[in-house]
Amino acid sequence: MSHYTLDASRLMCPMPVIRTQDRIAELEVGDTLEVMCTDPGALNDIPAWCRINGHEVISSKEEDEQVVITVKKGNA
Amino acid sequence: MMNSTQRKAVALISGGLDSLLAAKVVMEQGVHVEGINFYTGFCVEGHTHAIRKKDRNKPKRNNALWVAEQLGIKLHIVDVIEEYKDIVINPKHGYGANMNPCLDCKGFMVKKAHEWIAENEFDFIITGEVIGQRPMSQRKETMPVIAEESGAGDLLVRPLCAQHLPPTLPEQEGWLDRDQLLDFSGRTRKPQMALAEKFGFEDYAQPAGGCCFLTDAQYSKKFVDLWDARGERKYELDDIMLLKVGRHIRPAKNFKMIIGREEGENNFLSGYRKIYASLKTTSHAGPLVLIDGEVSDEDIELAARIAARYSQGRTADKVEVEYSTKEGVSKTLSVTPMPVSEVPESWHV
Repeated sequence: MSHYTLDASRLMCPMPVIRTQDRIAELEVGDTLEVMCTDPGALNDIPAWCRINGHEVISSKEEDEQVVITVKKGNA
Repeated sequence: MMNSTQRKAVALISGGLDSLLAAKVVMEQGVHVEGINFYTGFCVEGHTHAIRKKDRNKPKRNNALWVAEQLGIKLHIVDVIEEYKDIVINPKHGYGANMNPCLDCKGFMVKKAHEWIAENEFDFIITGEVIGQRPMSQRKETMPVIAEESGAGDLLVRPLCAQHLPPTLPEQEGWLDRDQLLDFSGRTRKPQMALAEKFGFEDYAQPAGGCCFLTDAQYSKKFVDLWDARGERKYELDDIMLLKVGRHIRPAKNFKMIIGREEGENNFLSGYRKIYASLKTTSHAGPLVLIDGEVSDEDIELAARIAARYSQGRTADKVEVEYSTKEGVSKTLSVTPMPVSEVPESWHV
């Protein structure tokens, strides 16, 4: 299980979701990806994308206009 | 459980009601459906909600993701920003009422979906098109044009109006029962609303002008201004994102000012200070202003006077304005705010 990071700062939704989707596709089941973004819309959209595509949101927080969401790749 | 004979379809999901229902109608026949959504850069995504401070706490959702979740299907979102430029710049079938190349756009998206089903071993494509629903792209005559130009041919199924169209391959092969497909037509929304109720869908999005900024008159005007001023039909993602934000003023052909209207917009525009030159009043509170274009010292002076007019110092004799290049080199100007009467209406884009 490996941990990766993805910087999607300044991108507006749905670009952070697309970058997350494309990066997750390259990872192994169980790997985690920490996504950093500035569009607060990602707080809704990335978890929604995870729910429908079978991945898990491990943590999600917003601090000083910075959103950080960690996703664990599922096997769906 | 998916078995070996279960057929697979990909549904174009815009986030609106029609594509939601079209996918559902096919799922009801036991077909495995996944969604595909294309991001062009012009999609209405509630960006302005995210940008404007006062709207930040309003509920915001991506409608395509919401639809997929309602249906319980996977959604593949595809970034087509680069490829889409050619559709907007050179639409073979022209534009609609504004800068919307609806017919070319639909053909393009079905073509991309057709490529996708070949790569992913799916059997056919579903759209939410309804004959007569949209004046440009959804007419009886355009249905075969889209099927043909996209290359999808008889693999393209429009479940909501299928009974008005020739049988597609999935119907001929018995993968779909034509009798259970629908016969909607025209601009009325009543049959869709009744079907939504039957399936138990509530709270679906009903965007008035569709889901694309190019159908918006104000947006299209700013978009055309960009091409006119540059003398060429080209754009980058940053250009079209910025058309959604701020007040746009063009005092001369060679430059445009993008003026933040409130704190949220100012913060958003701040993110572009390494890409564009900018102005900020320092003696008084005021907006952040980006300058798009190459400017002379005289242009900077003029822009600073306009920026001052939108600051708290608009009635002061002198306002200090800091000009910064995108490389971060700054200088401060002391200017007289330009009276409103001297800002011609024609400068407002």
